[in-house]
Amino acid sequence: MDLHVEDVTHRYGPMTVLDGIDLPVPAGEIICIVGPSGCGKSTLLRLLGGLEQPTAGAIRQIGAAPADTLNPLTYVFQDFALLPWRSVSGNVSLVLEDHKIAGAEQQAIIDDVLARTKLSDFADALPRQLSGGMKQRVAIARALAVRPAVMLMDEPLSALDSQTRELLMDDLIGLWTREPFTAVYVTHNLAEAVRLGHAIVVLSRRPGRIREIVRLDTPLADRQMGDVALEQVQRHLWQLMREEAEAADKELLDG
Amino acid sequence: MADLSLRSEPKTVPANKSGVNVGRVPFRGGGFTPVSNRWAGVAVFVVLIALIEWGTRSGFISALTLPKPSDVWATFVELYTSGQLANHMVPSITRLIVGAAIGASTGIALGVLIGLFSLVRAGLVPLVAAIFPIPKIALLPLFVIWFGIDEASKYALIAFGTFTPTVVATYGAVDNVDRSLIRMGQSFSLTWWSIVRKIVLPGAMPGILSGLRVSLAIAIILLVAAEMLGAEYGIGAYILQAGSLYDLERLFVGVSILSVLGVTVSAAIGLIEKRLLRWRS
Repeated sequence: MDLHVEDVTHRYGPMTVLDGIDLPVPAGEIICIVGPSGCGKSTLLRLLGGLEQPTAGAIRQIGAAPADTLNPLTYVFQDFALLPWRSVSGNVSLVLEDHKIAGAEQQAIIDDVLARTKLSDFADALPRQLSGGMKQRVAIARALAVRPAVMLMDEPLSALDSQTRELLMDDLIGLWTREPFTAVYVTHNLAEAVRLGHAIVVLSRRPGRIREIVRLDTPLADRQMGDVALEQVQRHLWQLMREEAEAADKELLDG
Repeated sequence: MADLSLRSEPKTVPANKSGVNVGRVPFRGGGFTPVSNRWAGVAVFVVLIALIEWGTRSGFISALTLPKPSDVWATFVELYTSGQLANHMVPSITRLIVGAAIGASTGIALGVLIGLFSLVRAGLVPLVAAIFPIPKIALLPLFVIWFGIDEASKYALIAFGTFTPTVVATYGAVDNVDRSLIRMGQSFSLTWWSIVRKIVLPGAMPGILSGLRVSLAIAIILLVAAEMLGAEYGIGAYILQAGSLYDLERLFVGVSILSVLGVTVSAAIGLIEKRLLRWRS
């Protein structure tokens, strides 16, 4: 299933947040969205998943979601959004219970996603016992459990320290290499974008418009830290964003 | 290649150079973290009772102002051996359980509804605010007219008294449930009922339980008021009889029983919190 953002404009009252965004999200690719703070990246993601309705334009689903998909558009949140009163496996089972998946079938899915996110030994742990990186792994496992057609990731690594972020990036690349998934990945971290993105969409500051879409053809698995070509792309992205970021930084919040 | 071996600094104790003061950095942290100490509470009780006992025996405290703790204890033992204790306790505990159960359950239900539906909130929050400050004891005659002089009016008074604080605590607790968790539930297409049952209610549980602590204490207070009218047996009736006779020993026995009841209820809620809120600490 592909997604297509079709000429979307979004306003909060008199303030235009997104202006004329037109963006294809082809199946099997990770699309990274970068931009200065307040450019409407997270708003775009909420529109994509149907948590908000665009003022003008539409988000189109092209083709049907795979038959075994339980929740076609699935989010991974920056703050993990785990239920603190449920164990790791309980947090995964939460999203299966409403689909009448119980017993052995549920257990099989839980075991599978926990194994894929290296959490098998922590099935009974409570969120408060886990580090930030582990919590986000649980959230990713929960997202994988519903076999999404498109994963919508809202700065999933921003709340983590830089070492944990490297580890989780490797994990995401591993997950994608074994079984390619479609994702829209919002971040303000350009290093994440060049490591994980098949295409990187640069948004301007408010009102958010697409400034450039950079395609990267190096396979994800071959992108190493300190790769010269990637660094060049990252520098190019930074040049695009620098002035915008500076201007955005000086804006008054209620302006 | 230059020799760039990593070298750790040798550990040396700073020499006391002439004229330079070497002192330890003063510790300024600590405190502000409650540490559990169950014996301090018991010790306060023991010391207080021992002081009163000593004061009444030595004549430092006149027998008219305070009864001797040992006499109070003797009165309690007499009450127990005569079988009257059970006669008073059973109706009181029943009234407490029935009244508080009705009040707390309707309170939690309405509190959740107020928390979930804006219309219910807009309609009922002012009403609850208007009812809250009314001393429920003042309404006892009204309850007697409505429900008769028997048990029903006593249940109603206790239920009404526990209801209002429970409602306020519950909708506050529902308001405080992390909205990002609810949004997560919606993003996974959980049903409304699933979100309420699996996210809102467990998330509100800490607030509901601490509200119950307050409302159950109020229920015990109202127990005495409820037994003011037409009750032959019950701790409240016992206290009121003793009070009107200025029988301080019996008065203190009754009051102490209420205290113990309060401590027991609070401990029970503590246990429930420990079980239900294990995920917190």
